[in-house]
Amino acid sequence: MTSTPLVVLENVNKHFGDLHVLRDINMTVNSGEVVVVIGPSGSGKSTLCRTINRLEPIDSGTITLDGQPLPAEGRGLARLRSDVGMVFQSFNLFAHKTVLQNVTLGPTKVLRTGRAEADKRGMELLDRVQIGEQADKYPAQLSGGQQQRVAIARALAMNPKVLLFDEPTSALDPEMVQEVLDVMTDLASEGMTMVVVTHEMGFARRAANRVVFMADGQIVEENTPDEFFTKPRSERAQDFLSKILTH
Amino acid sequence: MEAFLSNIDRVVDGFSWTVRLTLLSALFSFVLGILLTAMRVSPVPLLRGLATAYVESIRNTPLTLVLLFCGLGLNSALGVHLSGTVALDVFWWAVIGLSAYTACFVSESLRAGINTIPLGQVEAARSLGLTFTQNLRLIVIPQALRAVIGPLGSVLIALTKNTTVASVAGLGVQEASREMKLMFDQGVAPVLPTFLGFAIGFLILTLPTGYFFGWLSKRVAVVR
Ligand SMILES: Nc1ncnc2c1ncn2[C@@H]1O[C@H](COP(=O)(O)OP(=O)(O)OP(=O)(O)O)[C@@H](O)[C@H]1O
Ligand SMILES: [Mg+2]
Repeated sequence: MTSTPLVVLENVNKHFGDLHVLRDINMTVNSGEVVVVIGPSGSGKSTLCRTINRLEPIDSGTITLDGQPLPAEGRGLARLRSDVGMVFQSFNLFAHKTVLQNVTLGPTKVLRTGRAEADKRGMELLDRVQIGEQADKYPAQLSGGQQQRVAIARALAMNPKVLLFDEPTSALDPEMVQEVLDVMTDLASEGMTMVVVTHEMGFARRAANRVVFMADGQIVEENTPDEFFTKPRSERAQDFLSKILTH
Repeated sequence: MEAFLSNIDRVVDGFSWTVRLTLLSALFSFVLGILLTAMRVSPVPLLRGLATAYVESIRNTPLTLVLLFCGLGLNSALGVHLSGTVALDVFWWAVIGLSAYTACFVSESLRAGINTIPLGQVEAARSLGLTFTQNLRLIVIPQALRAVIGPLGSVLIALTKNTTVASVAGLGVQEASREMKLMFDQGVAPVLPTFLGFAIGFLILTLPTGYFFGWLSKRVAVVR
């Protein structure tokens, strides 16, 4: 695997009022790498994800994507955002659009792909996440797991350089978690660069190159999944793992 | 009743002006209402401030005053004319006044509709790279509109009834209630049947509007 840095965060700081949510974050995600971010509730995992495609502005530091700094608001930012796909915990599909329209909206409106080509590609992606038959349904007619797979197809349709997942399976009924993780594992093995906030240790062990452990807005520990789950070095991580393992 | 019916052409003519006032004002207030709403949710503080100031001030002013301002203020005192013929001149001023006023209520409804849209959808659209206006045009407004079809129907019914203010508030615009008053004054028909006839005329306009919007809002509702 080539290790060209794709997403680079340097000394990133972010406050919500008095709350210091990201403290001097330094992190590099290489091209083709899968990084799992893990940590207690409120440690800043979502905020970290959201700063990478600038849904949240940062107070100081730099974030670069493929060597380019994130631009301020405006067209440049919209363009760059389309290079960063995002999959949310609550799916966030467009409720007034069909499954296929959800997937083709970005390509037709942002990338200016022709309708026929966008539809064809959209169907390929829906087939790939095994939901092609539901193309003409509306999101509310699908199960949570199906909706999340559509959301993944929607993000993929933009040909992003990196995909961000913020707890993609946390809102799902247990029996639907696996179908979504399977899609993600396939993507990982196909070389997609991914940052995944998740507590699914099975996925982390199977698909991740690296685990990043966050607590109180800081990156406390980074390691391979095996090392991290079997021999966490920091006390915070040991404490955290002992809690989620007993669940 | 016969005396009233023999004047039915005057009644129909009066209502035809009511309908014209209503439809044109509905169109302009809808467009202005969408524009005001877009400004009110925009990231530019100045636009937000302007739109909010407009909506809050006009919405809380009696319609009579708004129309008097158009008729006596802009039209008569300042001499701004929109047409060579007096009847059309006051008609267009009435449309402007009614639209300026009704747009506030359209905007209030739309804003309530926007609040029903989960923020996550807006963020998802942003993360795809849609610009603010694309987001508004493709995701937010279509869903907000569907959510407020019912309330917009009520706004339209209120507008239909509000056109009657245009004849009393300094403009003397031709419309149904003015025709009714003229018929009283000229004593062409007994008061009660005339009154009843015009009241029924308004019901014929407003009741189907209400039913239609109720039906439409069910039809296009977004399932969540
Ligand atoms: N928009 C906001 N305004 C104010 N505070 C916020 C906002 N978003 C998040 N926070 C706070 O910032 C901190 C970090 O939140 P964040 O959502 O990033 O944590 P997280 O690690 O994703 O937690 P969880 O596991 O519960 O999702 C929390 O204390 C949270 O309350
Ligand atoms: Mg979170």
